[in-house]
Amino acid sequence: MTIEDVQNEIIDEFAMFEDWEERYQYMIDLGKDLPLIDEKYKTEDNIIKGCQSKVWVHANMVDNKVNFTADSDAIITKGIIAILIRAFSNQHPEAIINANTDFIDKIGLKEHLSPTRANGLVSMIKQLKLYAIAYQTQLN
Amino acid sequence: MIDVQHIRKDFPILNRIVNGKPLIYFDNAATSQTPQQVIDVIVDYYSNYNANIHRGVHSLSQEATDAYEQARIKIQKHFNAKHPHEIIYTSGTTDSINLVANGFSSLLKKDDEIIVSALEHHSNIVPWQMLCERTGASLKVIPMNEEGELILSDFDALLNDHTKLVFVNHISNALGTINSIEYIIDEAHKVGAAVLVDGAQSCPHIKPDVQALDVDFYVCSAHKLCGPTGVGMLYGKEDWLNKLPPYQGGGEMIAEVSFEKTTYAALPHKFEAGTPNICGGIAFGAAIDYMNSIGFDNIAKYEHELLEYATEQLQKIEGLKIYGTAKEKTSVISFNVGNIHPYDIGTILDKMGIAVRTGHHCAQPIMDFYNIPGTVRASFMFYNTKKEIDTFIVALKKAVMMLS
Repeated sequence: MTIEDVQNEIIDEFAMFEDWEERYQYMIDLGKDLPLIDEKYKTEDNIIKGCQSKVWVHANMVDNKVNFTADSDAIITKGIIAILIRAFSNQHPEAIINANTDFIDKIGLKEHLSPTRANGLVSMIKQLKLYAIAYQTQLN
Repeated sequence: MIDVQHIRKDFPILNRIVNGKPLIYFDNAATSQTPQQVIDVIVDYYSNYNANIHRGVHSLSQEATDAYEQARIKIQKHFNAKHPHEIIYTSGTTDSINLVANGFSSLLKKDDEIIVSALEHHSNIVPWQMLCERTGASLKVIPMNEEGELILSDFDALLNDHTKLVFVNHISNALGTINSIEYIIDEAHKVGAAVLVDGAQSCPHIKPDVQALDVDFYVCSAHKLCGPTGVGMLYGKEDWLNKLPPYQGGGEMIAEVSFEKTTYAALPHKFEAGTPNICGGIAFGAAIDYMNSIGFDNIAKYEHELLEYATEQLQKIEGLKIYGTAKEKTSVISFNVGNIHPYDIGTILDKMGIAVRTGHHCAQPIMDFYNIPGTVRASFMFYNTKKEIDTFIVALKKAVMMLS
């Protein structure tokens, strides 16, 4: 599946919810199910700055596809990361670099894209793309 | 007595609907809301007499100058300073602190010591660290106990002939503790040290008398007491303000300028370089009028009721822990529920129209003391109600249920 396919799948899932409560409950549940980052990668270097909650992200590349694992000490933030990782993982670095993130708006989480939001969703997306850029450089 | 329903009509923002729910604003320790009376003053200034002040010969300039200087006198009277020129307009508490820190950099030498409290906001730690780096003086810290109170016997032990400055907040922004500043000022003066009290959190709740306190410097921001952002004040005893060198160079702050030598203007202009926040200063005065029209005794009594009521209700929630349980505290409650991250609680409360603050409240040393990433902080003003607290408690329980 392309990033766009996955994003559309996520949009369809969120379209089923009637109100914010259901949306947030789903995100919280996604957060609880997030495949945890290996403890050894929960280092200071892997913390994304600019978040009120702590967020760790680790990336690796297998067969020219980038995979992400992550964790956070706040559950809603974990839910957001879970959504992002689902959209961006197991993709070619170039696809990640070029992906847009409009789907966040479409699933009713636009408020988390505001630069004042302390969860740092914007920093998170930037970090995932930076990893992709780094891996793309290796491929060139 | 406070007629809260009547008072609420003064605040247009309290009619806001946020995320489909009537706004409940419990982030007052970060900034207070603005009454129509102050908004009117701001609109009137820009509609009718906006002009640059002090040197204009035309009527508008004189009107603006009069209003700005009248506001200074209001502030002087409110804090009971001896002279209007002991009130320096600044851009806010942080600016005021930096002004004093900068001034002291030419007065301190290597073995001198500065004392700050463990309860300080970052704005009251960082400038002194920078000052110590510049001068070689050292920074000592008054520790706190589990309740969030300063340990005064440890403060006594820190004082000595090398102590030149003591900096303490009147009320802690993170925990709401009211510090024993009278004691701290008296003891510091016994060793000849100057005392700066950060009144950012106290000025909306307490009317300090700077002469009775005998405090050397007292600072606050207008936006914490129903005024606009971007303006605040530094009170300094005349002698101290004369001793400190100017902070910034520019217009307004000079008496005469030649390429050989510049002589500085007298107080307060020596510290007010450039065109100031004229409208802000005037509105600051209007905010003080507004607060006094309600009365600080009424405010303190009513807010204490809100604090006791909210504390009682919160304590009924399983797993909820309140940080900062000082005997003397203001209407600020910092708490966590179980292991739930404060950010998560704040996010869910926001969806229900409730504004609280989450995080370390610019007081990381306090969070380190309790070994927590942060807290949820609800802070009340005289326009909040018990009914809002009830709604907040229901919403909080719902958030906890969703997040557990």
